[in-house]
Amino acid sequence: MSIQVQNIQKAFGSFIALDNLSLDFPAGELVALLGPSGCGKTTLLRVIAGLEQADSGRVLLDGEDASDTHVRERQVGFVFQHYALFRHMTVFDNVAFGLRMKPRGQRPSEAEIKRKVHELLNLVQLDWLADRFPAQLSGGQRQRIALARALAVEPRVLLLDEPFGALDAKVRKELRRWLRRLHDELHITSIFVTHDQEEALEVADRVVLMNHGRVEQIGSPADVYHQPATPFVYGFLGAANRFEGSSSAGGIAVGASTLTGDAQPEHGKVVAFVRPHELDIILQPDASGIPARISRVLTLGALTRVELEGQADVAGQHFDVELHAANPLVAQLAAGQTVRLQPRQVRVFAQPDTAGAA
Amino acid sequence: MAGAVSSLSVQHDKAGLLESRQATREAPWVKAAILTVALSFFAIFLLLPLVVVFVEALAQGWETYLTALVEPDALSAVKLTLLAAVISVPLNLVFGVAAAWAITRFDFRGKPLLITLIDLPFSVSPVVAGLIYVLVFSSHGWFGPWLAEHDIKVIFAVPGIVLATIFVTVPFVARELIPLLQAQGREEEEAAVVLGARGWQVFWYVTLPNVRWALLYGVILSNARAMGEFGAVSVVSGHIRGETNTLPLHVEILYNEYNFAAAFAVASLLALLALVTLAVKSWVEWRASQTVAVED
Repeated sequence: MSIQVQNIQKAFGSFIALDNLSLDFPAGELVALLGPSGCGKTTLLRVIAGLEQADSGRVLLDGEDASDTHVRERQVGFVFQHYALFRHMTVFDNVAFGLRMKPRGQRPSEAEIKRKVHELLNLVQLDWLADRFPAQLSGGQRQRIALARALAVEPRVLLLDEPFGALDAKVRKELRRWLRRLHDELHITSIFVTHDQEEALEVADRVVLMNHGRVEQIGSPADVYHQPATPFVYGFLGAANRFEGSSSAGGIAVGASTLTGDAQPEHGKVVAFVRPHELDIILQPDASGIPARISRVLTLGALTRVELEGQADVAGQHFDVELHAANPLVAQLAAGQTVRLQPRQVRVFAQPDTAGAA
Repeated sequence: MAGAVSSLSVQHDKAGLLESRQATREAPWVKAAILTVALSFFAIFLLLPLVVVFVEALAQGWETYLTALVEPDALSAVKLTLLAAVISVPLNLVFGVAAAWAITRFDFRGKPLLITLIDLPFSVSPVVAGLIYVLVFSSHGWFGPWLAEHDIKVIFAVPGIVLATIFVTVPFVARELIPLLQAQGREEEEAAVVLGARGWQVFWYVTLPNVRWALLYGVILSNARAMGEFGAVSVVSGHIRGETNTLPLHVEILYNEYNFAAAFAVASLLALLALVTLAVKSWVEWRASQTVAVED
């Protein structure tokens, strides 16, 4: 089922959580709402579910206006960050809850409920835990039960609010892959909220980047990563080195140095971003490039991270460079050394005149 | 549920932990001194009176004891005490749940005032509470003439006793539930609503089971207070034997008549009630801690 939100406005007191936001979620896709905390992503999810009422705007489910439909009639499945399992019920009763709450006419028989619950528990591969209580399960198991519970009422949409946020890193990775496989099996329109860019890029068909209650960019994970539309998106989707300068004929002038970038504006102030792995270190201190002094060299597994402090015109700025640990250059680097930085790939954005808008 | 109800057992565990560590273990004489102070205080001020009640009650033999209890005035006092409890406890149960629900789930004007007012019966002397009812309902009070016209007696009659009992027991259930409902938050209820549960289903299947032990705890305390209340009831009762005497008032009358054996015999009933209350309370605490172990 498709979901559309149109001109949604929502404020909590003087804080604007959603600012005239419109979005289309096509049927069958797994979409990630990605953004920093306070960007309005969870509020948007709760508005779609009906747990929160928008101040203005409409939510269309399958083309029909659902703004006035109560949560329990919207047929959405909702998965909470902290699972929200009913702690006094067994796993079986948790999953059966939605079916047992149906009005008498639509309620399946106990035998039918039993069959369905076990089917769902098998789907999340936890049928053997049916008689346990939530407190006896691990975090990852609880979230899978919460998902089975949400699926029991055959929702038309599945909404997940930071579903892996409370789990440790290893379990989170496992569950991500598992959620992706589950979605490929069920093809139910799903939206999940996350502040973890890696999670969004790995799991989702499409990523919606949000900031300050507005949409910054929508696109496939590859699109948003490689073609970030705004400085915010670039900065949010990975580590970034930031250079401020102005557009000139030969490239971007940063102090006395010049960087060559892609599609740069013709003139005016610009911000240039470079990913740490796309920044080269040149050992000759008098070569062309941004002058910097190495402050630390850290090797973490296969990667070596070099932390640098800007010199001369870029003094006070901090830069990161990532190299393969096997790179012969690594052996020649030492703290205190002065080097030059030359980017291989630069992403340039015009610097708006008004400060702080980026 | 880990809050008020199971706090005693939790602290017990911690004590064991402290004892087992060299760094936090006290010198033997310190331990002995503190234990002596605590235990002698306990023996003199708590245990001794309890023992005295039963010793005095049985001082003149079983026969006198039983006679004091089955005497018509005593029986009527038992009945009135039970009646007051049977009416006030369920009313406070309903009020306590409603108040706790309103305070933790809704935003409304005057909420701080409601929270403060719930505690009023704890902070005001019961005698004052009784006097308030006398002022309002007695023949010279605000509603006195109207009540007299309609031939309704409140003060120096059973309704006054029930009202006074309700007043002093108001905070117990609400006080137990509010912190618990606050701690639990709304997520489980939201999950239930998304799954299609209606308002009363959410309450009955999700909210209530989560607070059941605190609720029972509040009811037990409320009941103990309802049956044991003296001050407020004394003011509105009028001490009419066989009519408006509750158990505590009956004890006082007997005592003032130098009928010590009978006074202690009736008092022993109240003491037994206290023991039963303690036993049930411990059981609820134990059950609650078991549930916490399973559910948390």
